Amino acid sequence: MAIALEHFLILSAILFSIGLYGVLAKRNAVAILMSIELMLNAVNIALVAFWRYVAPTLLTGQVFVIFIMVVAAAEVAVGLAIIIAIYRSRETVDAEQIDLMKW
Amino acid sequence: MLGNFGYIGIFLISALGFAIFMVLIPPILRRSGIVPKKPNPTKSSTYECGMETVGKSWVQFNFRYYFFALLFVIFDIQVVFLYPWAVAFKQLKLFGLLEMLAFFLILVVGFIYAWRKGVLEWK
Amino acid sequence: MEMGIAIAFWVLAAVIIGAALAVVLGRNIFRAALFLVLCFFTIAGIFVILSADFLAGVQVLIYVGAIGVLIIFAIMLTRETQRGSPSGRLRLPALIAGLLFLATMVFVIVSTDWQIVAEIPTEPTTSGIAQALFSKEEGFVLPFEIAAALLLAAIIGAIVLVREK
Repeated sequence: MAIALEHFLILSAILFSIGLYGVLAKRNAVAILMSIELMLNAVNIALVAFWRYVAPTLLTGQVFVIFIMVVAAAEVAVGLAIIIAIYRSRETVDAEQIDLMKW
Repeated sequence: MLGNFGYIGIFLISALGFAIFMVLIPPILRRSGIVPKKPNPTKSSTYECGMETVGKSWVQFNFRYYFFALLFVIFDIQVVFLYPWAVAFKQLKLFGLLEMLAFFLILVVGFIYAWRKGVLEWK
Repeated sequence: MEMGIAIAFWVLAAVIIGAALAVVLGRNIFRAALFLVLCFFTIAGIFVILSADFLAGVQVLIYVGAIGVLIIFAIMLTRETQRGSPSGRLRLPALIAGLLFLATMVFVIVSTDWQIVAEIPTEPTTSGIAQALFSKEEGFVLPFEIAAALLLAAIIGAIVLVREK
């Protein structure tokens, strides 16, 4: 059975919905960030599959994926810095307890 | 080219299988009865190159490691852009050099900021 | 060759979905991070199946090498040993939202008529990516420089946040 575009897209959709469940259902802030990374990886798979099957001679799809990886790395760096700063002042990273801003 | 990656895949699978086999040998020998079960306080204590262990095993991680990991992330991304630029360097001529130089200078500003703020020291 | 690609795809897809489920359903946050790293490796394998060899290398370099290490450092620095990584109050609505989204996407994917071309990309893709990114006529030069500005903002922001006063 040859692997067609739909197989990769369904794999990407499953991975994205697993990441979606993780973002909504986890309490640890680092676990929420890891689920966001899962969602970004799912989008990368979908983009590369589209590049391969729809426009293989034009490398724009791969350039888009490289930029998504750059943005994901920058976002993880700053997001984890925020989590570490919150942990320093509140001693917890539970997302259900960090729900009030300072007034 | 995909065939070459197939060879790499077979290599990775056999390396993984070998490692898992090595890790699974003691439990298999124990469960199948070839090796008898005789626990002993000295045999089951933690091994630290023959010396007695000092302190707890879970120590608080030093946050200064995070700065180095952060700088590594940012310059790793810079390296990822440098690789294809270096491969097509001859075709990209002067304009390619100037744009990569601009990219470099923007990130050097960040590096100088990290340097001046004392992030790279270990007090 | 087709058979080999098909077997590789099904094995890799099973490992990806299993590792992703272990990330979101696991109680121990450190094991969840390790399963995430396994997920990244197998996604690099998927990129290889799709003939994006440079992208597979970039995936391993950035995601496994940089982001995976950063996540593990952050876990070590924010250690809550007695609580770990439990599930929150919104478990059932999250499950419903995930399943609804998945059903919608699968319906859209299966019922769309994709315009698939039968061409084969030129391998290796590295010099093609260089031309697409850096060339004067058709390159993405401005997004490239803006990415540099984004990374500068990330460095400065992260240092300001984690630095001790």
